[in-house]
Amino acid sequence: MNFEYTVSGDDYSLAGRASSDIKKKLKQLGIPATVIKKTAISMYEAEINMVIHADGGIIKVTLDPRHIRIILKDTGPGIPDLELAMQEGWSTASEEARELGFGAGMGLMNIQRNSDGLHIDTVVGEGTTVTIVLNMED
Amino acid sequence: MKLTEIMKLTEAELLCGDAESQDYKNAFSSDLMSDVLTNEADEAFLITGLVNVQAIRTAEMADISCILFVRDKEIPPNMIRLAEESDITLLRTKHTMFWVCGVLYQAGIVSVY
Ligand SMILES: Nc1ncnc2c1ncn2[C@@H]1O[C@H](COP(=O)(O)OP(=O)(O)OP(=O)(O)O)[C@@H](O)[C@H]1O
Ligand SMILES: [Mg+2]
Repeated sequence: MNFEYTVSGDDYSLAGRASSDIKKKLKQLGIPATVIKKTAISMYEAEINMVIHADGGIIKVTLDPRHIRIILKDTGPGIPDLELAMQEGWSTASEEARELGFGAGMGLMNIQRNSDGLHIDTVVGEGTTVTIVLNMED
Repeated sequence: MKLTEIMKLTEAELLCGDAESQDYKNAFSSDLMSDVLTNEADEAFLITGLVNVQAIRTAEMADISCILFVRDKEIPPNMIRLAEESDITLLRTKHTMFWVCGVLYQAGIVSVY
């Protein structure tokens, strides 16, 4: 099963709609609640990142009997130092993003903790592709 | 503790949802959304001063079923609508975060961890 979302980079109030929609779909499919929560949190953190740090992008979600795979692709500024970005507390979030409650520098770590696989492909000036994999079974 | 009791203690008003049927032992207070998403807070209600749509989205992702907004913030209709869609109860009080946490702590509500 495949789902695709276009995420706008302009309207902060719409950020999270794709994650919300996936959460509802997984519920309808009867996926275990613990897996749904981990998926929702991971996808939401990454969706917010693509809005506040890049200019939105495309999210593709693929479900097969064993995995949930989420690919978030943006054409934003990229991440110059990925190791630093992964560290808890490191953030380049704008004042606008901080006013929304983001910018603690915890998102990427939170994704790593909740998912069964996180891969980030990033090129400065070209963009970032974040791939998150979750196992269907808890 | 019954949510109706929590409302009485914090002098909170109900903006949407059903306060009668809810019971909480734990609360969690933060204005940082990733902080909320990091915690195993789904048995707790969230106390926050952060008023925007992402507060509701964050609660939705983290399976949090009640948010208490502090400091008399105006809660716009689009936030209330989103909360209703996600079955999230919203409360509001004029008191500060510090005051609310103090009162609830004294009454026996405990931290999530
Ligand atoms: N899609 C992206 N494009 C460009 N930079 C990114 C992207 N995602 C993350 N980053 C960079 O990595 C840093 C760390 O991201 P992380 O999600 O951990 O924290 P944050 O978004 O700054 O704060 P929080 O997630 O706690 O609200 C960001 O501040 C930003 O510099
Ligand atoms: Mg983030």
